[in-house]
Amino acid sequence: MKSFTYERPSSPAEAAATVAAKPNAKFIAGGTNLLDLMKLQIETPTHLVDVNGLGLDKVEATPEGGLRIGALVRNTDLAADARVRKDYGVLSRALLAGASGQLRNKATTAGNLLQRTRCPYFYDTAQACNKRQPGSGCSAIDGVSRQLAVIGASEACIATYPGDMAVAMRVLDATVETVDAKGGTRKIPVADFHRLPGDRPEVDTTLRAGELITAVTLPKPVVGRHIYRKVRDRASYAYALVSVAAIIGKDGTGHVAFGGVAPRPWRIEAAEGDLPKGAKAVTDKVFAGAKPTHDNAYKLKLAERTLGAVLSEARA
Amino acid sequence: MQSPGDLELNRRDLVAGASVAAAATAFPGSARAQSTDAEGAVLTKMSLTVNGERRELELDTRTTLLDAVREHLHLTGAKKGCDHGQCGACTMIVDGRRINSCLTLAVMHQNDAVMTIEGLGKPGDLHPMQAAFIKHDGYQCGFCTPGQICSGVAVIAEIRSGIPSHVSADLNGPYEVTDAEIRERMSGNICRCGAYSNIVEAITEVAGRQA
Amino acid sequence: MKFDTPAGQNPIDKLKVVGKATDRIDGPFKTTGTAPYAYDWHDPKLKPAYGFVVGAGIAKGRIKAMNLTSAKAAQGVLAIVTAGNAGKLGKGKLNIATLLGGPEIEHYHQAVALVVAETFEQARAAAALVKIDYAEAKGAYDLAAVKDTGKPEKLGPAPADTSVGDFAGAFAGAPIQLDATYTTPDQAHAMMEPHASIASWEGDRLTVWTSNQMIAWAARDVAATLDMPQDKVRIVSPFIGGGFGGKLFVRTEAILAALGARAARRPVKVALTRPMMFNNTVHRPATIQRIRIGATPDGMITAIGHESWSGNLPDGKPEAAVQQTRLLYAGANRMTQTRMATLDLPEGNAMRAPGEAPGLMALEIAMDEMAEKLGIDPIQFRILNDTQVDPEKPERPFSQRNLVQCLRTGADRFGWDKRVSKPGQVRDGRWLVGIGVAAGFRNNQVTKSGARVRLDAKGMLTVETDMTDIGTGSYTIIGQTAAEMMGVTLDRVIVRLGDSDFPVSSGSGGQWGANCSTSGVFAACEKLREAVSQKLGFNSADAVFEDGQVRSGNRTAPLAQAAAGGDVVAEDTIEFGDLAKKYQQSTFAGHFVEVGVDVATAEIRVRRMLAVCAAGRILNPKSARNQVIGGMAMGVGAALMEELAIDKRRGFFVNHDLAGYEVAVHADIPHQEVIFLDEVDPISSPMKAKGVGELGICGAGAAVANAIHNATGIRVRDYPITLDKLLDRMPDAA
Repeated sequence: MKSFTYERPSSPAEAAATVAAKPNAKFIAGGTNLLDLMKLQIETPTHLVDVNGLGLDKVEATPEGGLRIGALVRNTDLAADARVRKDYGVLSRALLAGASGQLRNKATTAGNLLQRTRCPYFYDTAQACNKRQPGSGCSAIDGVSRQLAVIGASEACIATYPGDMAVAMRVLDATVETVDAKGGTRKIPVADFHRLPGDRPEVDTTLRAGELITAVTLPKPVVGRHIYRKVRDRASYAYALVSVAAIIGKDGTGHVAFGGVAPRPWRIEAAEGDLPKGAKAVTDKVFAGAKPTHDNAYKLKLAERTLGAVLSEARA
Repeated sequence: MQSPGDLELNRRDLVAGASVAAAATAFPGSARAQSTDAEGAVLTKMSLTVNGERRELELDTRTTLLDAVREHLHLTGAKKGCDHGQCGACTMIVDGRRINSCLTLAVMHQNDAVMTIEGLGKPGDLHPMQAAFIKHDGYQCGFCTPGQICSGVAVIAEIRSGIPSHVSADLNGPYEVTDAEIRERMSGNICRCGAYSNIVEAITEVAGRQA
Repeated sequence: MKFDTPAGQNPIDKLKVVGKATDRIDGPFKTTGTAPYAYDWHDPKLKPAYGFVVGAGIAKGRIKAMNLTSAKAAQGVLAIVTAGNAGKLGKGKLNIATLLGGPEIEHYHQAVALVVAETFEQARAAAALVKIDYAEAKGAYDLAAVKDTGKPEKLGPAPADTSVGDFAGAFAGAPIQLDATYTTPDQAHAMMEPHASIASWEGDRLTVWTSNQMIAWAARDVAATLDMPQDKVRIVSPFIGGGFGGKLFVRTEAILAALGARAARRPVKVALTRPMMFNNTVHRPATIQRIRIGATPDGMITAIGHESWSGNLPDGKPEAAVQQTRLLYAGANRMTQTRMATLDLPEGNAMRAPGEAPGLMALEIAMDEMAEKLGIDPIQFRILNDTQVDPEKPERPFSQRNLVQCLRTGADRFGWDKRVSKPGQVRDGRWLVGIGVAAGFRNNQVTKSGARVRLDAKGMLTVETDMTDIGTGSYTIIGQTAAEMMGVTLDRVIVRLGDSDFPVSSGSGGQWGANCSTSGVFAACEKLREAVSQKLGFNSADAVFEDGQVRSGNRTAPLAQAAAGGDVVAEDTIEFGDLAKKYQQSTFAGHFVEVGVDVATAEIRVRRMLAVCAAGRILNPKSARNQVIGGMAMGVGAALMEELAIDKRRGFFVNHDLAGYEVAVHADIPHQEVIFLDEVDPISSPMKAKGVGELGICGAGAAVANAIHNATGIRVRDYPITLDKLLDRMPDAA
């Protein structure tokens, strides 16, 4: 870990201004992913701006009937929030399926959105990785790739977005709110928040330099069964091989997003009309154009069967 | 058993080390006060309340809460099993919440109240969870044990305070202290020796006694 | 004391302390964070500097150039140790790869430098500044690809090839045949405590506080590596955060701490980082195993053959996966074959039940498959082929062999009669449910072990031995043994372990530690009883030690009285004669597992587990049970998730942390039951006990695999059994 200076700013805009102005500055919130990466010198900031004290830790009702989740709300608190549990069950469930109790107590809403990939080659600085070191190549494509992306990837990178929370937010049509160095605010639909790698896999999101996430807003609750189904080898404390976030109505219509399969939460709205026809009709469309590797081809079948299980559960 | 190896000596030293640290220079209240030492390390003065005792420290900004407590305060109960939040051996209870102390910077905990395994109880004056781990043989090598115990104490509190888990049948509660709930909530504490079955019994007993 | 005839009646048989379920005497320290593990020592005199290990970024080749300039200039750096400046190093007798590599690189993450600095943060940062230019060479990293180049390789006394009768003819002529190939992957010990050492020099004397299962081996190999006399090396390791074989041998951090301390002229502490452990240290090697069984239609095995291929570095050893097959079942015609190919992966070595653990993962699926072919219940099939003698040498009996009773008791307790033998028939909600069985088998090895016992004027006993407690409960059973022998309660005994200043013990490995180390204490206590009797003027032959008193005829004296004039000290070593040659000594288990397999996703979850064990006298049923459930948990990991994934281009284990290398967590392990058969084995030792620390893993994985087959009808022969291997063959989920 490289040496760094550390400060606690007094407002979100001040935080954003500092990070925009200082080369190699980064925000730190929960720190559960950033410090992990700094210890391995995958992230090497020389200045840390601690945003924990900025009062961004509240969950509030919006005038539109939705919820505004502060960027610094801890995963545990968000999952346990009575309104989230009651009206946005898929989000509670996704959060609770992630990480461990200890990590959820530290990890924040914004930090979770910014969680970087768990691709093992990204984590090993002796290996080529375009996400970590642009231009060095991708070791994963012909390497060990059982966990990695089957769709949305590129010749440069097949890393997956590893989180659960964002998959639920994707199916909930959440919006990410930010502030920039000049105090300007922006609203980014979560669908547009994570980038596909293309030829620039080092850039995970559409955030601009110094832009600070202040909140995530959820629209009015969507009625239906809220289900988050996470499939993994061990029963807990593991990243998803495949996950499904779904809201399914009584008539079998609804919304669905997939985790563990792509560089971002993967949702194809155009396929959702086929939900009443069953899982295969949907996954055929959602995964059209998938390019799995030898190691991860099973994810296509797994996604279909997991969605099938979710639809059965919704019917039950 | 009275003393494994040179444990008595070790504990005396521990106390001596503590008074030296406590005598460190006063600090300005803000973590912004940073100095760069002769060799370029960024040092910050800060204070923590550890197991009820206020402690002042001057630390490299890079120092994790775990290393601050272990290497600077010489409270070595919390263990570094992975240093990456993947095992739970470093679990401490900070401001009432259990966290992986390896994945947080000490400097981010200015004035926080930190509870470590040493604060829960001592030989001869055990916390009920420590006693239950002994009774149910909830450990083997003992390396993950401080983390398991801190987590176990926190898990019971989490269930009682209405925090749901992945296995809670109804998100809106009520949440019971079942084997399944304990296992899911304890899954961030790996025990490679595999004493899980006994650990669950120890936690269940303590939860029952508190009910 | 020489142990060469079966034990008769002795003071242990009173079983006032031994054999009782007893809380660990080290428990109050372990549960309060006051047990000092290697990295925890904080002697203010030491003021150690911090060392950080730099690992090689290639699997095979040479270091062309190493640039230390910026690392040396980095803040706080005191010294950098490399092969170039460390001086000539020897090699420990039990090390295969060099512990400090360079310029030749033998495996990925082989240590090539130690950076020593004032603080941990400085050492870590400076280590990242060490720049190395490599010439990468091509290596062999794929066992399947090189298996046929494998050479016959013996393991210890066991030959590479064994043959009895006419296997080929009998197999060819068998009416029912099975010929199947199984694979087990490379696995990591992944003990919770990373390898850690603090080294301190005083003149030419070196003290290493470390985490090591075998103190005497460590002292010898540290001395050999540093080319210094062994009597100048002190090894201290009273608490060990798990080993499972991964700490049998001196590892790099101990040697580098010593070299770093020499270079920095002050004590140095070094811990391997978790991401370094998987490739830097040792692992259980992968195997490819072919098993052939021929039987008569009524289920009598006529031919059994087991071939195993594994890989290792050139001077390494093979994984002895065939060894249980020589002993577990009857059959007149038999063969085994062990082959080892050269691989340039990290060093393969012993991990919990080396040989039997992966061997039984294969053999016990094969037995299940054969039973299915025969249409015979798998328990009945095993019982039919039980043997009470070494099948290769029928004149050589087992000292005790209660496998049949293990299986029958387990069947009864587990509800085997409710098992539906046709697979895929039982459904519980979203789960397909199945039950599986496997036999467990692990040899009981005996090796000499010493101890010293001191009685003081207060009547306190202090036992000193270099025996280690790696979670096994050694502190407690050694205390129980001394208490029983001397007729006192356990709280009158102080146990001091893990120090090379103490008598050399068996150490912890091969599940021999409990039986052998307590036998060493038994021997020392026998001597102490004599010495005490003499001091008291009693006839030692009829002296009775009980309730803190010594009684002889109608005279009684407090035990403490013997030490009124000064401590009474006795030391002895148990040495084992040829009983192990005359009798086959083994431990046995019946493993029973119920699994659920998600009908849609094929996720596998273990629902119930039971092991019934026959392992001689159980010295402390509480800690012994814990050993067994721990082995069973590791068996679940081996069956369902553990695999070091190899990058076959660059030759390293890719998933080198605890997020990538998954071991079982709480949620994977159900309540586990263990039953110990009431057994004493006077041929094993004066304790009449046997090892039990590895029996729990032996067979547990195969029982999981067989339960999965019973649940789904799908037979997976390649471990770990992950959902992707089932998915294509799963029945429709609806």
